[in-house]
Amino acid sequence: MEKIVTRHMFQANTQNNFIGYLKDNGYQAARKALTQMTPVGVIDEIKRSNLRGLGGAGFGAGMKWSFIPQNNLKPKYLVVNGDEGEPGTFKDKYILEQDPHAVLEGIIITCYAVGSHKAYIYIRGEYTKSLHSMQNAVAEATKAGFLGHDIMGTGYDIDVVVHPGAGAYICGEETALLESLEGKKGFPRLKPPFPAVEGLFGCPTVINNVETISCVPAIINKGAEWYAKLGSEKNGGNRLFCVSGHVVNPGVYELAHGVTLREIIYDHAGGLPHGRKLKAVIPGGISAPVLTPDQIDVKMDFDSLKAIGSMAGSGGIIVMDDTTDMVWAAMIAARFFAHESCGQCTPCREGSGWVYRIIKRIYQGGAREHDLLNLPGIVNNIGGNTICAFGDAISMSVGSYVTKFRSEFEAKIKR
Amino acid sequence: MFDKIAAKYEQKRTAILPLLHIIQEKEGLISSEAEKNIAEYLDVPVVHVHEVVSFYHLFRQTPKGKYHFSICQTTACALLGSEGIIEHIKDRLGIKPGETTPDGKFSLSAVECLGACEIAPVMQGNKEYIGCLNKKKIDEIIDQNS
Repeated sequence: MEKIVTRHMFQANTQNNFIGYLKDNGYQAARKALTQMTPVGVIDEIKRSNLRGLGGAGFGAGMKWSFIPQNNLKPKYLVVNGDEGEPGTFKDKYILEQDPHAVLEGIIITCYAVGSHKAYIYIRGEYTKSLHSMQNAVAEATKAGFLGHDIMGTGYDIDVVVHPGAGAYICGEETALLESLEGKKGFPRLKPPFPAVEGLFGCPTVINNVETISCVPAIINKGAEWYAKLGSEKNGGNRLFCVSGHVVNPGVYELAHGVTLREIIYDHAGGLPHGRKLKAVIPGGISAPVLTPDQIDVKMDFDSLKAIGSMAGSGGIIVMDDTTDMVWAAMIAARFFAHESCGQCTPCREGSGWVYRIIKRIYQGGAREHDLLNLPGIVNNIGGNTICAFGDAISMSVGSYVTKFRSEFEAKIKR
Repeated sequence: MFDKIAAKYEQKRTAILPLLHIIQEKEGLISSEAEKNIAEYLDVPVVHVHEVVSFYHLFRQTPKGKYHFSICQTTACALLGSEGIIEHIKDRLGIKPGETTPDGKFSLSAVECLGACEIAPVMQGNKEYIGCLNKKKIDEIIDQNS
């Protein structure tokens, strides 16, 4: 299978890859876009490629770009979301560290398409290597004339700022990220207005994930039809899947959208160690409802996972073997949500801690009479009642453990 | 140095996170004195700076040990034994998550997902990612930094 995002990665000399990137048609897609295509033409190409937002929402990238109003005199911004924090997800780190120039070239093309002259790359604060790698790449690209003033002699200016986060999961939510980037605590905003209309500093803003942006140069080089054909019906190209937990070969795998979860676990990640059996698997980061072994023939695209009541999310697959105590696993998830709730909306702030405390006492053997009865009601009252999707994530994720492994919860209570 | 960073942003106050990182790197924590200085520099109320410092997990207002263990405790790491790693550090150093040894050499935090599940169980030792943790690796780190 042809690799796109990882074509320069996992090689011996992936550090300092500027020269290698240039040799492999580097920055030629940006040159092509800026000299031979109109901004509308670029957006159209991306739309036809079926490139979908790979941060988790799966929204059409070209569609998103087309929402930027062009009759507006305000400056327009591109924000690249590298605040990778969804448990089970670690793909953007590899892109930022090993192919930073693909991100920068994607930025140039995206900025041109939407009429932006300034881009921010927001990288989670713990990723110090990614921050250094991107800062270094920006310096290299600026020196070579690919960024800054009058790039490649086209008269177009693009300024790129690499911005460090500071350890708040919620800042991966796009409007919380904008608040954070404006120097505030990361509280998600009410939508609408959507960032395309009122984003950073109240100006039209496109926010895309690192992986999404890094796919853009290849699409411009090889064409929308090529990219669309690689994927499935509504999903262009490939996707990076991060596999962790109880597997023989954890890591990042670039695979077609149509791959099944079974193929990823057993063919690519080497199956489960010690001859153990699969008990449960999270298919798209901790926010995605957990799946049982009878569900793993699902295709890993956005629509197929949605159809079986879970989600493709960020592509983070966490595998659990038959030794896993699912009440304990639910407690770990609930603790994560309780810890990372930003505190803005009452149902989430209070509910996340409440859910964690209940599951913890069920696990530790101190359950009260109505605990298991109350739990579904509490999680359902968080979902749908908050400003951002974090509340829905608590509800869907924790709710799925209770529904699918109810007997384990009951056994703990009876004990 | 502050001016150089602030100049990259449309609005000066936007530079608060990178500036706080620089201060913490240099001083080990963000003191209330530093909060005041940053507030003055960015022309924002001190309470705004304090709000930001207390919201983001990476900023500290109390000193940590010379060697700081941030052990990931989320799902992938938990499945591969992070609870045992935390217990082992507690036993070896006599401190719980959130505490520092009396000699100031070590401190311990249990943190949520570090984004390195492929090398679980993983931690940040100061800022360095160290993966595939086991008791032996922890012992070596403690011995080297004692």
